Amino acid sequence: MDLMTNLMPASAEIFLLVMACVILIAGLLIRQNNNSVTYMLTLATLIGCMFVTVGTHVEGVAYAFHNMFVDDLMADVLKLLIYLAVAMMLVYSRQYLVVRGLFSGEFLVLTLFATLGMMVMVSASHFLTLYLGLELLSLSLYAMVALQRDSAQSTEAAMKYFILGALASGLLLYGMSMLYGATGTLELNAVSDAIAQGVQNQPLLTFGLVFIVSGLAFKLGVVPFHMWVPDVYHGAPTPMTMLIGSAPKLAAFAFVVRILVEGMQSLAEHWTVMLILLAVASMAIGNITAIAQTNLKRMFAYSTIAHMGFMLLGLLSGNIEGYGSAMFYAVVYVLMSLGAFGMILLLSREGFEADNLSDFKGLAQRSPWLAFMMLLLMFSMAGVPPTVGFYAKFAVLNSVVQAGHVWLAIVAVMLSLIGAFYYLRIVKLMYFDAPESHAPVVLGQDTAMLISVNGLAVLVLGLLPGALMSVCAVSVQHSLLLH
Amino acid sequence: MILGLPIISVAIWLPIIFGILVLSTGNDKNAPLARIIALVGSVLGFLVTIPLYTGFVSESSEMQFVEYHNWIARFNIHYHLGVDGISVLFILLTAFFTPIVVLAGWKVIEKRVAQYMAAFLIMSGIMVGVFAALDAVLFYVFWEAMLIPMFLIIGVWGGQNRVYAAVKFFLYTLLGSLLMLIALIYLYNQSGGSFSILDFHQVLIPMNAQILVFIAFFLAFAVKVPMFPVHTWLPDAHVEAPTGGSVILAAIMLKVGAYGFLRFSMPIVPDASNKLAGVMIALSLIAVVYIGLVALMQTDMKKLVAYSSISHMGFVTMGFFIFNAYGMEGALLQMISHGFISGALFLCIGVLYDRMHTRNIADYGGVVHTMPVFAAFFMLFAMANSGLPGTSGFVGEFMVILGAVKVNFWYAFAAATTLSFGAAYTLWMYKRVIFGAVANSHVAELTDLTLREKAIFALLAFTVLGMGLYPLPFAEIMHASVNDLLVHVARSKLPL
Repeated sequence: MDLMTNLMPASAEIFLLVMACVILIAGLLIRQNNNSVTYMLTLATLIGCMFVTVGTHVEGVAYAFHNMFVDDLMADVLKLLIYLAVAMMLVYSRQYLVVRGLFSGEFLVLTLFATLGMMVMVSASHFLTLYLGLELLSLSLYAMVALQRDSAQSTEAAMKYFILGALASGLLLYGMSMLYGATGTLELNAVSDAIAQGVQNQPLLTFGLVFIVSGLAFKLGVVPFHMWVPDVYHGAPTPMTMLIGSAPKLAAFAFVVRILVEGMQSLAEHWTVMLILLAVASMAIGNITAIAQTNLKRMFAYSTIAHMGFMLLGLLSGNIEGYGSAMFYAVVYVLMSLGAFGMILLLSREGFEADNLSDFKGLAQRSPWLAFMMLLLMFSMAGVPPTVGFYAKFAVLNSVVQAGHVWLAIVAVMLSLIGAFYYLRIVKLMYFDAPESHAPVVLGQDTAMLISVNGLAVLVLGLLPGALMSVCAVSVQHSLLLH
Repeated sequence: MILGLPIISVAIWLPIIFGILVLSTGNDKNAPLARIIALVGSVLGFLVTIPLYTGFVSESSEMQFVEYHNWIARFNIHYHLGVDGISVLFILLTAFFTPIVVLAGWKVIEKRVAQYMAAFLIMSGIMVGVFAALDAVLFYVFWEAMLIPMFLIIGVWGGQNRVYAAVKFFLYTLLGSLLMLIALIYLYNQSGGSFSILDFHQVLIPMNAQILVFIAFFLAFAVKVPMFPVHTWLPDAHVEAPTGGSVILAAIMLKVGAYGFLRFSMPIVPDASNKLAGVMIALSLIAVVYIGLVALMQTDMKKLVAYSSISHMGFVTMGFFIFNAYGMEGALLQMISHGFISGALFLCIGVLYDRMHTRNIADYGGVVHTMPVFAAFFMLFAMANSGLPGTSGFVGEFMVILGAVKVNFWYAFAAATTLSFGAAYTLWMYKRVIFGAVANSHVAELTDLTLREKAIFALLAFTVLGMGLYPLPFAEIMHASVNDLLVHVARSKLPL
């Protein structure tokens, strides 16, 4: 009985793990067309996880495994969004992968393991749990990037991803060990208390912080630790790019909040400065370099760098409002990123990748509806109302101004103005240019429905952003105040 | 509320809904249907705004027809709409021009008709929203949303260099708006958590912050007006935009910027406005004189009218910043009148361009011989543009000059030169295009106005003359609000 109550907070993770093993075996035993059975099972698992997460939700905060694992409102909300993002990614990419013979059981199982890693990250309350989750996610992603074995580009991307990812993990671990040396514990709450009470060896603590922030920056892909992002985004098969560019950003948000805010709030004056540098450099280099790209996936890679920089702005304002706005930003970004990569997947067909800018030429004439959806997504990424991307930027800017960094807000908007240029260029290609190919755009019913929902969500949330904003604000507030 | 309907909301959303309806007619096979729905929608859109005028209590400077609903609770943002004497006329002006641009594009636009009509309808609703919004975030949303349809209108249906013009237009205006956003967020924090524009009017702000806020607003609004030296996007946008796009740009969109000065800059940061009034007047006069001279040298008709717009809008901003009732009311009348006149002039050029496919003045000559009716209408609008008494162009300019004399004779003197420059560039263009011998075989083959075009021009001629001969209904409605604004501007808002 005691064991059961102890495991309750982690029931969604346990369910997912069991199902992943079942699907692994089922994939070997059941004869099926294009893995349709395992595909359905995977989707069912994600839906099941949703019910488990909602069903086992408790008021307040529940710990498990001797305070290594925590279940709070923020974790639950983020987990639900992660399931949704992963499920959307699966629906979007199925056709693409089937055509290329990549829709294997391994893909589905790896996706589930990556999801599990994200869930563990989101729910970690101990440095080692965080690390465990991160590695589970990363290892699954390395393997997924390399899934297309005969593509030199993918293999190269996977190698780069793996080596730089391992380096970042090393940095993180090294930082954690210093932190352990300085505080004598790895539990987030205990670390927080220890720092608040004053640490003997201050330089050790500061060095530890620097290493940890560098490691986080690597994982987030912000400047100057961003070198892997464009290559991996470009080289990986598009569905994997989509996965890397969506749900893990939510996990990364939680990761940063857990470590910096829950673990090291008293060092805020130090990490705020570091985050300012990272954020400004990311927005500058991300936005400016994106202009020069001709490959859409590379362009979105740089755009991600810029967006992550913007999200950091919300975190560095150092107040609850700011964390809530950063979470809102991350959620909105994931929604837009899914749509944008989804569009690349929808326009691709056998032997043709729609990942060059010129492939979008004249889309408004080939398929007005898809072009309109992409227009909404692009204006949202640029932060133009009435799309939801505006409110994401608005909320972050508000917290930055509230924290007294008005100049930082001005820098941020100027850099996002530069960013607006390359999003605008896609709209220009779709609407102002003549199409290069007249190949009909063939859509499956499920994907057509999904892209419409995705695009319209950007608009509808733009008209009525209040609810989602409140959910983010409340869940962050709830979690941070209770710890 | 009339008949239980929230009129302003209807005026905003009716055109937008019709726009979506038009879009749903799909491809160009259904173009006739798209045109008819667009016309019905735009006419209805105008009709629903009429109660705003008839039901308006002109003695009051309070906001009227107010609608107030919660929108985004977390930031205390409301769906808050209302009109006062300053904004009500612009809403009517906006709704008035939508059927005109729909009619103007009736035959000329042949590709992607539904999208074209829908873009104008949706933009019409959004612009009404800009004039009616009383919540800063709501205002900002409408303000920015306006860019998207205009960007597409210029880029899809524009001329040769349309992509450059569209992108320049978008980025230029976005630059200004983004700084305004920061200013709005700053004011939100200063006002203790309210985004209501009327609350902003009460916030006390120290002088250095006032100046920064003023500059942020200035960049947003001056780009839209456009004021010298941030005017360079306008000639490009006008030249490349299709006729309807030019009309809406000149008639409504430029007014949005000037309106911003009245609704935001002056009442929110009055001390900075007073302090920087000299700079504003100087920039306005540069626009009036220098841009007037630039207009004189243009060889492209559309560019000429575009520069003439900048010059006339310089008059408007000067009228605002001399801080007296004559100047401000004159400027407001000038804005409305300029809406009619510049819209009409762009339509005239559109009529010629549709037939000849050139806007070069040199390609014309002797048009009066083949298009006498058109020449008569064009004459009227050209005269109005040069400020001939009896036309609407005269009233505003005269009042602004009158107001300026009270402040400083030389302001008035410099501003009054526009009457001669305006006459010079407009009438010289008119002479070269319309009079003389028939220039070439193309001109000789011109056909005069169709019934549809005649109807449009007759309507505009009626308003231009009507407003020139009897401006009282226009002036009366804004009186109370303008006086209230002037009282507001005179009151210091520095913290004690």
